[in-house]
Amino acid sequence: MKYTEDHEWLRVEGDLIVVGITEHAATQLGDVVFVELPETETMVASGDEVVVIESVKAASDILAPVDGEIVEVNAKLVDAPGLVNDDPLGAAWFFKIKVDDLAVLDQFMDEDEYNDLIG
Amino acid sequence: MAGSSCRNGAGLLSKSGFGRGSGLSDPKLKRLGLHDLHTALGGKMVPFAGYEMPVQYPAGVMKEHLHTRSAAGLFDVSHMGQVILRPKTGMAALALAFEAMMPVDVAGLAQGRQRYGLFTNDAGGILDDLMFANRGDHFFVVVNAACKEADVAHMQAHLGAVADVQYVENRALLALQGPKAGDVLARLIPETATMRFMDVARPVWNGVELWISRSGYTGEDGFEISLPDPEAEPFAKALLAEPEVLPIGLGARDSLRLEAGLCLYGHDIDTTTSPVEAALTWATQKSRRTGGARQGGFPGAARILTELASGPTRQRVGLRPETRAPMREGTELFTQSGDPVGSVTSGGFSPSVEAPVAMGYVLRSNAAIGTVLMGEVRGKRLPVTVCELPFHPTSYKR
Repeated sequence: MKYTEDHEWLRVEGDLIVVGITEHAATQLGDVVFVELPETETMVASGDEVVVIESVKAASDILAPVDGEIVEVNAKLVDAPGLVNDDPLGAAWFFKIKVDDLAVLDQFMDEDEYNDLIG
Repeated sequence: MAGSSCRNGAGLLSKSGFGRGSGLSDPKLKRLGLHDLHTALGGKMVPFAGYEMPVQYPAGVMKEHLHTRSAAGLFDVSHMGQVILRPKTGMAALALAFEAMMPVDVAGLAQGRQRYGLFTNDAGGILDDLMFANRGDHFFVVVNAACKEADVAHMQAHLGAVADVQYVENRALLALQGPKAGDVLARLIPETATMRFMDVARPVWNGVELWISRSGYTGEDGFEISLPDPEAEPFAKALLAEPEVLPIGLGARDSLRLEAGLCLYGHDIDTTTSPVEAALTWATQKSRRTGGARQGGFPGAARILTELASGPTRQRVGLRPETRAPMREGTELFTQSGDPVGSVTSGGFSPSVEAPVAMGYVLRSNAAIGTVLMGEVRGKRLPVTVCELPFHPTSYKR
């Protein structure tokens, strides 16, 4: 598992990268009440806002961590946004992105480095 | 779909919730008397109206909100301004002078009772909203934190000849709200059991005088309790020791008052909104209206009485977004054919309704209950229906 400075986790699944948010982020956001997902087959660039996530407190964005194509989204989150708080590292993945080269993951933090960041 | 999004975002934890982004490093921020208790309870402190305030405790906004609706919540609202108006030449003269500052009946307020008031300006806009109580030989006034210095100066200017305007230092203000608030407080202070909504009393607890009103800002039955700073912590701990009581932060305070259809000064009401536009006409008793015993004579009377008679051009309404997307403050509103009609002034997710709710101002021609408008959220226009307020029924002990 890799981590971004924007509190996303990245997990490899075949030739795809699965993206979710960390437990730290879910806790900081508070109770999530709304999730808006991107359309599949969308080409995104690193830094694009691809997901809108709203807690009782405020609206936030999840950014595309890398350039690629959104190939699958977790539609369950639309009807059950609370999953983000209940199981941020598992059931509440947001989207799967197809990249040219998985080596793009090398730039991101490992778990120890991420824990230092939020420490 | 090809190409990439043109939006380039700010990221997950960088946008504002309450106070986020401004930090607690501002040396001018004041601390509440109960600061240490809040941090010991795990309160997350954020800057609000010049104070470090608990926005939430470990339970989180959603649970705190629902707990207040089902049991009892304890709020620290000590940032608000407490003011005593002590008459120099008798209560009657003071009541009439105070009344001349507001489109509200002050002279008719019985001893031991509290009322909602509004300071207006000459243009009919709202300078602040407040609560005032007739305590026999003086008035006790509670005003918003962000306005309190201006309010004291305003009262000094208008009432200085007939009253000593005394800002109350060194007293905390707590709110105990929820369906169990009455049971809980009666356990500590039995004489509160007979208080009705908007009654005030000054019972003694552990040798100190509490200033209690049966009121609040959540739509629930409950109390606001002013007491000397040194006694605030033992009193708060005594309340928190009751099984029904949880500490509640500003986050839930905001969602509770929104569900109750209550205005937040600086958001839903300000100097640009009149009391009639704000749908606060219930605050203006007959005696102050055209044809009443003491009609007019308050700042902005020309506009306010005209709007009472023939209606405002725009008015505050309840709004129910039809999709799950919350419509927050600033969301622009349009007719279905695309004409702008107003904007949202407060909005979010309602834990009790389990859906997004909002309030805002729309042109009167679009204010009828059931009117479907469009609210623009992140560039998309989504349906939103004008509805009655409050979103959650109030349960005051009248």
